[in-house]
Amino acid sequence: MPDTPATRAAQATPASVARKIKGLSDRAIAWIFVGPTIFLLLAINIFPLIWTIQLSFTNFKANRAGREIKNVGLRNYERILTDSDIWLNMQATAHFLFWTIFFQVLIGFTLAYLINKKFKGNDLWTTIIVLPMMLSPAVVGNFWKFLYQPQIGLFNYVVAFFSGKDPSSFEMLGSVQLAPWSIVIVDTWMWTPFVMLICLAGLRSIPDYIYEAAEVDRASKLRQFFTITIPMVLPFLMLAVLFRGIENFKMFDLVVQLTGGGPGSTTELTSINLKREAFEKWRTGYASAYAIILFVTVFGLASIYVKALNKVKER
Amino acid sequence: MRSLHLASVSALTMAAASFGSAAQAEDLTLCWAAWDPANALVELSKEFEAQSGHTMSFEFIPWPNFADRMLNELNSGGKLCDLLIGDSQWIGGGAENGHYVKLNDFFDAEGISMDDFAEATVYAYSTWPKGTPNYYALPAMGDANGWFYRKDWFERDDIKAAFKEATGRDLAEPKTQKELLEIAQFFQGREIDGNTVYGASIFTERGSEGITMGVTSALYPWGFKYENTPGSYDMEGAVNSPEAVEALEFYKEFYETATPPGYTNSYMGESLDAFKSGQVAMAMNWFAFFPGLYADPNTGGDKIDFFVNPPQNQEGSTLGGQGISVVAYSDKQDAALEYIKWFSDPDVQAKWWSLGGYSAHNSVLNDPGFKDSAPFAGDFLEAMGGVQDFWQEPAYAELLIAMQKRLHDYIVADQGTAKEALDALVEDWTEVFEDEGKL
Repeated sequence: MPDTPATRAAQATPASVARKIKGLSDRAIAWIFVGPTIFLLLAINIFPLIWTIQLSFTNFKANRAGREIKNVGLRNYERILTDSDIWLNMQATAHFLFWTIFFQVLIGFTLAYLINKKFKGNDLWTTIIVLPMMLSPAVVGNFWKFLYQPQIGLFNYVVAFFSGKDPSSFEMLGSVQLAPWSIVIVDTWMWTPFVMLICLAGLRSIPDYIYEAAEVDRASKLRQFFTITIPMVLPFLMLAVLFRGIENFKMFDLVVQLTGGGPGSTTELTSINLKREAFEKWRTGYASAYAIILFVTVFGLASIYVKALNKVKER
Repeated sequence: MRSLHLASVSALTMAAASFGSAAQAEDLTLCWAAWDPANALVELSKEFEAQSGHTMSFEFIPWPNFADRMLNELNSGGKLCDLLIGDSQWIGGGAENGHYVKLNDFFDAEGISMDDFAEATVYAYSTWPKGTPNYYALPAMGDANGWFYRKDWFERDDIKAAFKEATGRDLAEPKTQKELLEIAQFFQGREIDGNTVYGASIFTERGSEGITMGVTSALYPWGFKYENTPGSYDMEGAVNSPEAVEALEFYKEFYETATPPGYTNSYMGESLDAFKSGQVAMAMNWFAFFPGLYADPNTGGDKIDFFVNPPQNQEGSTLGGQGISVVAYSDKQDAALEYIKWFSDPDVQAKWWSLGGYSAHNSVLNDPGFKDSAPFAGDFLEAMGGVQDFWQEPAYAELLIAMQKRLHDYIVADQGTAKEALDALVEDWTEVFEDEGKL
């Protein structure tokens, strides 16, 4: 008998087990292995999704078990899509999403590029830079709240030092103009290291001989950067954007700690609004429709993005 | 209050005898918010443990999460709490959704009369539908939104003279809402002992109920009504009346001109911090905190005094406080009812007040020594005479969240006008009541 992994596995199978599965086809054995996973997937993902879709067409309220459940057709969807307040929440989310990703990619890539250079204390700096992403979002939210405090906050004092303004003359969390930027700053501070690490992996995956060949061809450093570094890191960057995009679309804890969605509804992201509808107002049917709309939006955008990512990889 | 203390000892002894025959010792869990009175209740409940043989556990949730946590618990039929001191606005949902045990038969059997408790508290904390003799809670903790101020600053000659010069009147506790604002504006940005101080800390919190509780403290004195005719849900012209608009504009002006910078999302904790750190001359908060404030070594004692929410067109204070209910999902309802019976005893109520809880029992409130028993006791009585509460409907959470949004959008985010905010609120509430089938 040849010594292959299959024969080694067959020999390792206890006799009692071998007797039991004797006569079972390969397909049956495969189902035995895959079955539990499929069952869990159906129970945990697919069934709740189907149930949520069903609830989205009703007036069901989870806190009113005895109440008659009526089918309301597409009314929940219509109300959500025509509600100007929800569109404002969508705009706030889009603002947050766009600017956090923009800054995180820009700063993250720059840091990765610098860290990738060999210099003394490289490892120490890497460790220091990644510290923020190791903290709990609740902790980060709370201490940035203090940093932003107009009377005692360090952030205001630093800005005041450079701008010459009175520290208590502006409120990062209380101003309609500044609050959306205050959450962008904190999220960027916290998650830029994550983007940096992915970019660093991309940069370190580029073989040195490509740069050496470019040197032989007398390509300038700038040319090397745009024709070697950027194209080869791009799939990693796009992956980082995908991760951060999905994460920030469902951003909740950090913003709740910082602003609670305020002032007014200025920083009320869709996830915060959805939580209010589902678990504070208990409009379960309405919130289900809301969740489905968000799910379709994220799923659709992510699918398009993944296709683009694959195309970039194929190049 | 000495007579109350002495009486409580004898009553507790008698109560001990009556509970001596308890069939089975249980471990009861009482759920409430985490705040000063909860600590007093732990102390008080030791007497119950000693007398009944039952043991008491406590689940105290911080205020910002209290409603979320407890309503989730009730909605899921959870057995965590045998007794719940739930907010007054939950009574409608508690009754209609079957979360609370109806107590009428128990009260009749045990001779507990609701006439023994202050009428406003029975109405607000115990009855559903409102005002009917259907009881789902025993008034446990009377409370209202009131004010406290730096008495030492108000008594300083230089400050009094400056105030007289600025306003033409003497610096004293305000008699109207507009006087309140005037005093707060006077202190705003003023230098006292080398520090910049501010007028007052008011409620502006967005996430739970804060800004609604603050704004209603202005709305009620202006004569705000939720409906034109009680029970009819006809809100147009009541909720957005000219008086309501004026009161809302007043609160916005207060926020913009007389509060410390950065207080854009402040509630109970922030109000206490602002006062204790010497930042503000005045602050609004619930009477429940007043014993702790008075006892504070830095800003309490002779440095602090209290006043009831000032009237404008009429008296009016925002109701706080809670009733104690037996949770319908509890397996220990008999023992929980024993606790209610013990708690309703006049002498236990007297001890409750002496420990820092706000009893709603008439024997305590009408005691001749009550007004002088604490510097805020008289104000508390006065406030409870003019309290008004938010909707107590089963859909109260939806109604509250809508109001939080409209108020914060207008006052803190400076969007639209007061009339537009209240008009939008009427629309929101109309939609809620339509969904409820009440319109």
